[in-house]
Amino acid sequence: MAKVFKVTIEKNRCKGCGLCPNACPKQVLEMSKEINDKGYFYSQVVNLPACIGCRFCAFMCPDVAISIEQEEAA
Amino acid sequence: MKALFKRPEALADVVTHYCPGCTHGIAHRLIAEVIDELGLREKTVGIAPVGCSVLAFNYFNMDFQQAAHGRAPALATGIKRARPDLICFTYQGDGDLASIGMAEIIHAANRGEKFTVVFINNAVYGMTGGQMAPTTMPGQVTTTSPKGRDVDDVGYPIRMCELLTSLRTPGFIERVAVHTPQQVVKARRVLKTAFELQRDNKCFTFVEVLSTCPTNWGMTPFEATKWLQEHMVPYYPVQNFKKFEEAPEVNIQTAAEPAKEA
Amino acid sequence: MEKVLMKGNEAIAESAIRAGGLCYFCYPLTPQSEVAEYLARRMPEVGGAYLQAESEVAVANMVYGAAGAGARAWSTSSSPGISLMEEGISYIAASELPAVFVNIVRTGPGLGGILPSQGDYFQAVKGGGHGDYRCLVLAPSSVQEAVDMMPLAFDRADRYRNPVMVIGDGMIGQMMEPVEFKEPKFPPLPPKDWATTGAKGRKPNVVNSLYLDPKAEERLNNVLAAKYEKMKREEVRFEEYNTDKPYRVLLVAYGTTARICKTAIEKLDAEGIPVALLRPISLFPFPEAKVLELGRKAEFLLSVEMSMGQMVEDVHCAMGHEKPVYFFGRSGGIVPSPEEVVDAVKSRLEGGKS
Repeated sequence: MAKVFKVTIEKNRCKGCGLCPNACPKQVLEMSKEINDKGYFYSQVVNLPACIGCRFCAFMCPDVAISIEQEEAA
Repeated sequence: MKALFKRPEALADVVTHYCPGCTHGIAHRLIAEVIDELGLREKTVGIAPVGCSVLAFNYFNMDFQQAAHGRAPALATGIKRARPDLICFTYQGDGDLASIGMAEIIHAANRGEKFTVVFINNAVYGMTGGQMAPTTMPGQVTTTSPKGRDVDDVGYPIRMCELLTSLRTPGFIERVAVHTPQQVVKARRVLKTAFELQRDNKCFTFVEVLSTCPTNWGMTPFEATKWLQEHMVPYYPVQNFKKFEEAPEVNIQTAAEPAKEA
Repeated sequence: MEKVLMKGNEAIAESAIRAGGLCYFCYPLTPQSEVAEYLARRMPEVGGAYLQAESEVAVANMVYGAAGAGARAWSTSSSPGISLMEEGISYIAASELPAVFVNIVRTGPGLGGILPSQGDYFQAVKGGGHGDYRCLVLAPSSVQEAVDMMPLAFDRADRYRNPVMVIGDGMIGQMMEPVEFKEPKFPPLPPKDWATTGAKGRKPNVVNSLYLDPKAEERLNNVLAAKYEKMKREEVRFEEYNTDKPYRVLLVAYGTTARICKTAIEKLDAEGIPVALLRPISLFPFPEAKVLELGRKAEFLLSVEMSMGQMVEDVHCAMGHEKPVYFFGRSGGIVPSPEEVVDAVKSRLEGGKS
């Protein structure tokens, strides 16, 4: 059965560097058109069902703004 | 829910001052992950350089010493000679390690001091505003090479891994990169090997990390990863230079017991 | 306790070991290389750490690292090497680390010569490295005194968490004199719970001197200044000689020069000219109150140094305008003879200026 992943990006930790959407092979992430408290265009999850849990986004995030969980199999 | 990725304990839960997309953040995190995995946090002393990462002591959840510019390998030598039971790593940039600290790194490597060096090579001096470094690429424009690095005037960039590999003593020397997720995974493995070797008291370990400086390279973080791949990787090959092999016993003298409290 | 005839450099080394100075980093430089040579053999015998580093720059930073990890770390050098260490000494003071440095002074400036000198007074006493800090500076005038100073230096370094400098000269380092190694007792020291020994069961310790925030930087400087005020109250050391009867001239001299002055005083005494000597033993803190007290009883003061005149400025400062302060010295490594000191006193008594 399909694995389900949860990607959480801490909006106000994000510095809008743009490395994570470029790292993602499945277009799960996109830079927002809104700014966060620091004034950065933060990264956000736009297509979570497409996530394959590769963690590339988290590997590339210099600010540890991304955490990833996997739903346990039923 | 099972956690697949979260902040390592050895990394302090603070927001860093690093620029958006600066790969210092990745390098810091990898070190922290490895330290956590090996259970070394409570006996590790990190040494912060002078450079963008001068405040590294705020970003790790372990004992730290702040070194003068270039002197981190000397501090690490002092620590390991006084307290060989502690794990010690230096974290140094281009100017710190390859310019002002050149004597310290070569001699610490040559003596085979058993600490780990993490050398962040981003081909420029970041903190001071983007001046030329010993590692700046030929033709690369910096604030002190406005027409691009002129190799006829100041020579070619220094390849530290290759330089240290010419020494007989150092045991583990490898160059990694952190500009793609695949390279990040490899870099983590290499860092883990280095810290394992130190944990087992084997040898001097040196990991050069090809890194980006989007701000001083004048490009976006993602463009900077492309520039690194296109310009730095051909000149600074990502590979192992020395794997540790059990060598004949070299008796390095250390304090017989850890220094007592006065 | 038996007396042993030992060369100054070696006696200093032995005394440091006995005081627990078991972490020694060094670089060869005349006239103190014998300390390193002695310890290369002796340190392994006592289970300490010994390393000849690539330069004095590295040495000072190794001392910093080891001291930061809680060790009694120390080094010796001579003038040009101390100049290289001054970066590290500034960092050590600013990071509030204990460390002991011994300067066996040679002539300068620059590469200079290898003969004795007192030309590093400014460097030792007025900072040496950058920023608002001081070393506690002790000046022995005999090999025995140098031996006695090492345990004191290590104790005070730990107690104040500050670098301590023992300043000798080429004579102290090279000559042989009989010494005994005493075991002085000191009050207990607080534990080094600030040291980077691994953050087990506690918050991480950081040994650091970077303070970008101006309030924090000023706070550190006030902390350091308070130490130096305490040193001024509690660490002044001096010897007064021939002050028990009236005198016409007060000589001020330290180290081996003071011994020459004592001989000069005997000769002057024989000629009916009573002269006294104040020998500062702590150069920082300088015994300014004593200089003033004793100087007031003289017609003038004469600072005698193996230099072009450095301590004389502190003598001037202490005396204000109350009495004339003159200087006599030789440089180049030429040790003034007692007769020259006698002549220097007499020429000024007869109305000539220095």
